[in-house]
Amino acid sequence: MKRYSIFSLARNALSHHEDWPQAWRSPEPKPAYDVIIVGGGGHGLATAYYLAKEHGISNVAVLEKGWLGGGNTGRNTTVIRSNYLWDESAHLYEKSLQLYEGLSQDLNFNIMLSQRGVVNLAHSEHDLRELSRRVHALRLNGIDSEVLSLDEVRRLIPILDCSPAARYPVLGASVQWRGGIARHDAVAWGFARAADARGVDIIQNCEVTGILRDGGRVTGVETTRGAIRAPKVGCVVAGHASVLAAMAGLSLPIESHPLQALVSEPIKPVLHTVVMSSAVHAYISQSDKGELVMGAGIDTWNSYAQRGSLPVVAHTVGAVCELFPIFGRVRMMRSWAGIVDICPDASPIISRTPVEGLYFNCGWGTGGFKATPGSGWVFAYTIARDEPHPLNAPFALERFSTGALIDEHGAAAVAH
Amino acid sequence: MTAPFDLRRPEGGRIDRARAMRFVFDGAGYSGYAGDTLASALLANGVRLVARSFKYHRPRGIATAGAEEPNALVQLRGNARSEPNIRATQVELYDGLVAASQNRWPSLELDLGALNSVFAKLLPAGFYYKTFMWPPGFWHFYERLVRRMAGMGRAADASDPDRYDHRWAHCDVLVVGAGPSGLAAALAAGRAGARVILCDEQAEPGGSLLGSGATLDGAPAMQWAGAVLAELGALPDVTVLPRTTAFGYYDHNALGLVERVADHAAEPLPGQPRQRLWLVRARQVVLATGAIERPLVFRDNDRPGVMLADAARTYLGRYAVACGRRAVLFTNNDHAYDAALALHAGGVDLAAIVDLRAEPGGLRVDAARARGLRVIAGRAVTATHGRSSVTGVDIARLQEGSDLAVLDRESIACDLVLNSGGWTPSVHLFSQSGGRLRYDEATGAFLPGRAVQAVRAAGSCNGAVALKDCLKQGAAAGAAAAGDCGFAAAPPALPAAEPEPESAPMRLLWVVPSDAPVGHKGKHFVDLQNDVTAADLRLAAREGYRSVEHLKRYTTTGMGTDQGKTSNLAALAILAEATGREIPAVGTTTFRPPYTPVAMGALTGRTVGALLDPARWTPIHRWHVRAGAVFENVGQWQRARYYPQAGEDMHRALARELHAARNAVGIFDASTLGKIDVKGPDAARFLDLVYTNSWSKLGIGRCRYGFMLREDGYVFDDGVTTRLADDHFLVSTTTGNAAPVLSWLEDLLQMEWTELKVRLTSVTEEYAVVTLSGPFARRVLTELTADIDLEPKAFPFMSLSHGTVAGIAARVFRVSFTGELSYEVQVKASYGLALWNACMEAGEKYGITPYGTEAMHVLRAEKGYVIVGQETDGTVTPYDLGMGWIVNDNKPDFIGKRGLRRADLQRPDRKQLVGLRLEAGERRKLPEGAHLVADRDAVPPMPMLGHVTSSYWSVALDAPIALAMIKGGRARMGETVYAPLPDRVAAATVVEPCFWDPEGKRLHG
Ligand SMILES: Cc1cc2nc3c(=O)[nH]c(=O)nc-3n(C[C@H](O)[C@H](O)[C@H](O)COP(=O)(O)OP(=O)(O)OC[C@H]3O[C@@H](n4cnc5c(N)ncnc54)[C@H](O)[C@@H]3O)c2cc1C
Repeated sequence: MKRYSIFSLARNALSHHEDWPQAWRSPEPKPAYDVIIVGGGGHGLATAYYLAKEHGISNVAVLEKGWLGGGNTGRNTTVIRSNYLWDESAHLYEKSLQLYEGLSQDLNFNIMLSQRGVVNLAHSEHDLRELSRRVHALRLNGIDSEVLSLDEVRRLIPILDCSPAARYPVLGASVQWRGGIARHDAVAWGFARAADARGVDIIQNCEVTGILRDGGRVTGVETTRGAIRAPKVGCVVAGHASVLAAMAGLSLPIESHPLQALVSEPIKPVLHTVVMSSAVHAYISQSDKGELVMGAGIDTWNSYAQRGSLPVVAHTVGAVCELFPIFGRVRMMRSWAGIVDICPDASPIISRTPVEGLYFNCGWGTGGFKATPGSGWVFAYTIARDEPHPLNAPFALERFSTGALIDEHGAAAVAH
Repeated sequence: MTAPFDLRRPEGGRIDRARAMRFVFDGAGYSGYAGDTLASALLANGVRLVARSFKYHRPRGIATAGAEEPNALVQLRGNARSEPNIRATQVELYDGLVAASQNRWPSLELDLGALNSVFAKLLPAGFYYKTFMWPPGFWHFYERLVRRMAGMGRAADASDPDRYDHRWAHCDVLVVGAGPSGLAAALAAGRAGARVILCDEQAEPGGSLLGSGATLDGAPAMQWAGAVLAELGALPDVTVLPRTTAFGYYDHNALGLVERVADHAAEPLPGQPRQRLWLVRARQVVLATGAIERPLVFRDNDRPGVMLADAARTYLGRYAVACGRRAVLFTNNDHAYDAALALHAGGVDLAAIVDLRAEPGGLRVDAARARGLRVIAGRAVTATHGRSSVTGVDIARLQEGSDLAVLDRESIACDLVLNSGGWTPSVHLFSQSGGRLRYDEATGAFLPGRAVQAVRAAGSCNGAVALKDCLKQGAAAGAAAAGDCGFAAAPPALPAAEPEPESAPMRLLWVVPSDAPVGHKGKHFVDLQNDVTAADLRLAAREGYRSVEHLKRYTTTGMGTDQGKTSNLAALAILAEATGREIPAVGTTTFRPPYTPVAMGALTGRTVGALLDPARWTPIHRWHVRAGAVFENVGQWQRARYYPQAGEDMHRALARELHAARNAVGIFDASTLGKIDVKGPDAARFLDLVYTNSWSKLGIGRCRYGFMLREDGYVFDDGVTTRLADDHFLVSTTTGNAAPVLSWLEDLLQMEWTELKVRLTSVTEEYAVVTLSGPFARRVLTELTADIDLEPKAFPFMSLSHGTVAGIAARVFRVSFTGELSYEVQVKASYGLALWNACMEAGEKYGITPYGTEAMHVLRAEKGYVIVGQETDGTVTPYDLGMGWIVNDNKPDFIGKRGLRRADLQRPDRKQLVGLRLEAGERRKLPEGAHLVADRDAVPPMPMLGHVTSSYWSVALDAPIALAMIKGGRARMGETVYAPLPDRVAAATVVEPCFWDPEGKRLHG
């Protein structure tokens, strides 16, 4: 891998940037691999990268039906944080945040991790109590998080309407300063480039159409580009998890929904942190290009089509304008949807399955971008060793029969 | 001597020369006419430089005449009405308009941001992914610098003073675009009797006819348009919406439209909304959205004065503005000759027509030659000159097989460079509808293919070129759409258009060569707004960003506020070339809504401020307000939290209220609790299924407390339910959960247990509920009723009596959430306030004291009564709460029964409800939410036992108390647990979760 740096930029400037190498190859699939990863989103690419880097398994193919990073990885609002309520979640997302903190250097690709702080607003006594509970838990878990008074909120976000006359006035907030945003495409591309450099084959435009089995064992996959064999197959296909599971005769407790997001036209920066409000149903940040990036709640019906409806978008924008009345004349520039995979407890599944050699990593729903490196890291471990890492052991499929759920639903109405 | 050439031509155009309009741009005053856009007025005043580009801050002018404008973005209006990034080409001029250029410092002429151009070599596409990584963790420092460069215009500095409306509409046929095709479609559908909505983004319908000077039946085409509009106006079921953009096409033929009601004035009239958002559900849609001219990608094609050919024709034909004095046309097709001829006829000196084709021919070319215009074939514009305005071009001969053009070089002075690379049909909405696109080799454009929704495309958005064909397609589509709605429709007779001259094929040359390899000298801009060049695109392809979406994201091409209307196709083609693929194999990017940006205020409508969410008030609300209550939001309800008297803070008010409720009598407004009337022969069976306990044997007139669980076995809601008759129950729910409980129960009845005969009615707002609680509660009530026997034997705890209270028909429930003797008096809502007043009066001598939700919380916590949502969080079972007695496991089934049996819900070390007492003399409460540990000296990350769910100062005990959920809590009675707080470690003893009257003597008394 040719390293990227200011010096390589300068050197290439002399040759009019005509000598840059490919960031990754576009190889033809081989007949067989040691491990096949289905799904070239951030999680799939991270899994392949850590398989090669941490476990020395580089005879790996990542099969992507479209273009890499084109699923939810390239459609999300990029909020990163680890301030989750339950210990199991907090530890997993914290691992991920820590990996994020060194990721640009590790991948030699600037993913632009911007730790600008994630502020959660409280609008009722109930919100305040929940927020305090979370901050206390995080503190004892060793994860940064603090409560902000109304005055502190006002100073931090001067354009926020903190008036007591608001319908749901802001009463206070919590903040995780290490939280923030990152460039989603860069995360996918950085992992792809680094995995490719370690020998992983990233095969785009290759849709998996069947999962090959022999008795209770997986033996490979059927694809639009022919059968490919492997003793281990890891599926990381987000909204299409149930579709893939059905190919192996499995049924997952997952519902797929459209989730929409939108950006405004670029404006001069006025918002320097991420602001989330579950009571008013909005969250927003401002990108380094100046666009306001906003996320909606899910469209409530099930769907695999990456399309949402206008009223859901309008509702979100309304909430944003309620919190930030100066945005009324700023204009929405683009909106889109992804298909999110939602578990009954709003926590992911990172697990072996009843089919030997077949693993699933899904259920990240509305909030898995922040987990990308951590998810790949534990999933690589799980595939390499055929057993979960302690960090993801609680996230096994069995929890739905034992009842040991990790219910982040109750914990956050807006979970991004 | 000839008169000086006036850019505003002496005649023609659709402007109203009688109405001059003054306006200000960047502080300088100008004047235009009614009917002008800001762009046409600026051009008429000779203003060339209007903006700076995003990345390199290059000087930019007006490049187009419509929604596709990439350059001319301005900050419009001022103060609270200030709007960023508004396209000058779409702003209707009004008197007093104020606009300013944006994203430049210190001024448009002298912009220091242009220094970026100096470093341009270091800033190729995606450079930021490759650098700013050292030293590790320093991105936040670089980011601060990057953010300085971010954005274009500014958000207003105060709340938007204008209002926005929402409107929902249905129609048979929605026609988008009121050019010739759209007018014909609307006419066909309207005449057939269909309900038609015709919308167009422009102030005046007519589309391309407005500026083209075309004729129909020998008369100016706008005469025909006028007649059609008059006829449409007379049809009762036709709505014509000018200034209305259809911006999004959603599922089930729902389209979002935004109507700019008052944007053509300085501010809306009193009572007028600024804009109106329409959500239109149409049975059939006809898209007649036209086409957008495509620029050529040649070196330094961005200078002010470089303009689309048809735009220049529009400025002349529609606004009587010559965009320059001496023009060069650079084209790859015949069509642009029309523009050249029009400009020439309008008095512009046409220095040359540079045609990329070696042998252009055909009627238009002949016509140009016949007028003595110089047609230079087989050549290209290889460079442009000038700084804040173009001053000339270089041209040179193209050579087969070479990407350089160096032969026969010639310079031509000019102040206007028209260019045309053909036309791109506006398939945005068609694509948004889910329709497939197909690539047309001949025109190098994507056209609508297979439709997925009930939609048709007609006219130039469908690839039609000749006016005659546009009319025909429009009429046919309108008639077919009406026909599909069940109307007998036939295409109307159409006027005759001038014959369309046969055109010669265009020459597709996606990157025009110059005298140096692309990227070595100057810049070949593809996306003008984001400063993406052909070299950037080739670089991305070289680096493996071979999918269009990768290309877009890596280079940011097409990601600007114009969404790449003039650049997407060229970018696609350059990618195809660079990767050796055909354009259709590369595919097109998805078109995402909105077509043009939509104000967030319009999307919001009225649902902000007080209308964000309805505020619900109890019938007694006004009394609480007058009493000076402090309110809190509980769901949508506003509830009195406490009633401070003069000089009291919350703590003191609370102490007084608590004291009264425990020692005298308190009065509480409990009207907000959800009430669901459950009626039908299967009502008891139904309740048996949704509650954990049994209802069949509950006597009439008796009350019972119950838990509803979710399927997974966790507590969902709680409340007291009363049997009113054999087949009739009144269920009460928590305040916040009333609606979710009702929909859940309805869902069960309608989807799961359709055989049950049960009807549910929400009666929450039918009744007001006044709670009297405390040792004197009975005495107060005795004063108010003659027909209810209040003797404990006759009216025991957990029962209901009917009668009159204060002369009002009432249901009185003897239930208690405070641990004191309590009565809940329920009357028709309209009598609520009267009842409250009567109680206050009768209770005066007993020291009756209103208490709010805060005191209620303390009173119940002293008793260990749980609040769903406070002690529970969706992970708590009745067993965890120590209330296993409420689960009747012998019932064959109830919701949650199976869930409760799962191994994890049976674990003995689950978190369980306990009470906490602090060390004697400790006056500080534990913070709610504080987490508890077993080891006093633990350090993070430390194993936690659970957390404090409720914590109060107990007046009755004169000590702090708390409730907590902790692991294996019931087995820990008497143990000490610790709460490590930021400033101290608090110790607490685990006790039974009941601090007050554990035997329940008081409430049974
Ligand atoms: C609008 C929106 C906003 C969001 N906001 C946030 C946020 O702010 N913060 C946050 O942390 N998370 C957020 N998320 C969630 C986050 O995006 C996802 O959880 C995460 O990106 C999932 O990554 P992934 O790699 O698992 O899935 P994806 O990126 O979706 O990748 C799955 C891939 O599998 C491929 N695939 C599917 N089927 C097949 C097949 N049969 N064969 C081959 N390949 C297949 C798909 O094409 C896709 O590329 C948001 C999501 C959306 C939609």
